[in-house]
Amino acid sequence: MTAPAVPVGPVEPLQPLQPSRLPWLRGRGGEGVLRLNPTLVIGLSLLVVIVLAGVLAPVLSPWDPVAQDLTASLQPPGNGHLLGTDQLGRDVFTRLLYAARVDLRVGALAVLFPFIIGTTLGLLAGWFGGWFDLVLMRVVDMVVAFPSFVLIIALVFALGQGTASIYIAITLVGWVAYARIVRGEVLVAKEQEYALAARASGLPTWRILLRHLLPNVLLQAFVFAMSDVVLSILAIVTLGYLGLGVPPPTPDWGSMISEGQNFVFTKWYLTAVPGLAVVVTGLALALVADGVVQRSGRR
Amino acid sequence: MRHLAYVGRRLVSTIPVLLGISVIVFFMIHLVPGDPARTLLGVRATDEAVAALHAKFGLDRPIWEQYLSFLGRLLHGDLGRSILYDTDVSSLLALRLPATLWLLVAATVMALLISIPLAVLAATHRDKLADQVVRAVPLVGLGMPTFWVGIMLVLLLALKVHAFPVSGFGKTPAQHLSSIILPGLTIALALTPILIRSLRTSMIGVLDSDYVVTARAKGLSHRRVITAHTLRNAAVSSITVLGVNIAYLVGSTLVVERVFALPGMGTMMLDAIFNRDFPVVQGVTLVFALMVVAVNLLTDLAHAALDPRIELA
Repeated sequence: MTAPAVPVGPVEPLQPLQPSRLPWLRGRGGEGVLRLNPTLVIGLSLLVVIVLAGVLAPVLSPWDPVAQDLTASLQPPGNGHLLGTDQLGRDVFTRLLYAARVDLRVGALAVLFPFIIGTTLGLLAGWFGGWFDLVLMRVVDMVVAFPSFVLIIALVFALGQGTASIYIAITLVGWVAYARIVRGEVLVAKEQEYALAARASGLPTWRILLRHLLPNVLLQAFVFAMSDVVLSILAIVTLGYLGLGVPPPTPDWGSMISEGQNFVFTKWYLTAVPGLAVVVTGLALALVADGVVQRSGRR
Repeated sequence: MRHLAYVGRRLVSTIPVLLGISVIVFFMIHLVPGDPARTLLGVRATDEAVAALHAKFGLDRPIWEQYLSFLGRLLHGDLGRSILYDTDVSSLLALRLPATLWLLVAATVMALLISIPLAVLAATHRDKLADQVVRAVPLVGLGMPTFWVGIMLVLLLALKVHAFPVSGFGKTPAQHLSSIILPGLTIALALTPILIRSLRTSMIGVLDSDYVVTARAKGLSHRRVITAHTLRNAAVSSITVLGVNIAYLVGSTLVVERVFALPGMGTMMLDAIFNRDFPVVQGVTLVFALMVVAVNLLTDLAHAALDPRIELA
């Protein structure tokens, strides 16, 4: 799996210096986007299945995810209920599908904002250096001193429960990782020939940053984002478990686990299955991240 | 002498971080939308109660003045008073700290006991089946919600074997020990995927190094090469990896304590959140951050002591 860092073979003729637009999307040797490796294929297919399960929830299940039927509470699997019903008589399988919608959407969006903010700040700090870099890195030091999850919980508490608070809390904590990664990459990239050439040819700074530097420093941030989606889904699920997440009755894997925990000794699947859903989602995203890294030939 | 100077410099370098932590914890209360006092007390609060809370938190004064007095109290070890219990937050914390510390130590020890042998196995059988299996662990393990692993452990072990208590902390050290085994194992299982990945890489680096090749060339047994030459260096890197992940480790105690009803700082924070006991939430957040800073400091110092090659710059 470990690719040789330096390609061996005949020396290639010098390429004209061009901004390499997202070189890692093209794969090693630029064989085109469609050449995928097995890891990436398995990861992407799993992810597609999970997303489809969420999107097609109304088609896949005749039940309503929130309507209660107390006469049919805690029924065992069967009789039209694939995984039985919960304590309020709601179909567990249906709630599982609808929870995928909530958790995936919140998880992905909760990564998007930190990704954009962190990447921008890291890019600027790495390129310009100076007092901006100094101040930014001190702020980063402060935020990473906290156990991120403790800080997220404290922020969700301070901001008041709700989906918006989750986004804000995760963004306030999450941007630092991206800022660190991108800044580090920029510090290396700006000394490389293409960057020096772009600078020497007198291009405007914004153009150098956006067209030349950003595509080359984005890979590491992107790979981290893939594992960060897992972390943010875990954070949301944990908040749900603690009763601080997406407010009920909206189904979420975390609150489903928490509700099932009361019956764990008699109906173990009420807790086990939503947890497995989280594990499989995490696995899919981890495989995609691994696959992208393999394609880029960097490790 | 060089060591002393290094310790001194390292201590000084934590001061800005500590100040930053105090700033973040201080500003938490100003994130509360609207009037924090009214939000904390609820909609039915009387104007007098709101005014009293304003006076208590000093919310009427300019913000820098509020911060300076907050910092001044912190330096005297005063974390404020709990709204719910009307007791010093610091004395409440002192009651809860032991369970969390027990848990942290147990989790760390178990994480190392699990991940070092697995990493050695993977590194010595590179690209063989054992390695492939060990490398698959992080893929599955990283996506497991810690609290869910805890519940599953209870389901599989505590209930079937009846060897471990399902919740609580007990009264004697022996009871403490048996109560933290399952929660500790839960956190260790969350930490293992992270540790294995870096440990395997660093073990491979060590196995490829000149001194290991020399040790092999002079005819030392495989066992001796691993135990005497490789593991000691792996110990250094596991300390580093642990140091990097300490924030994650500390954070996971919060939810695991809730799963096993351990009376630690995590359950204290969650209880305080549901009772809207703001000073306690601030106090616990602060202590959690201080623990991370302290452990980072200790790992750096241990690192310098264990590995004489480290430049004490």
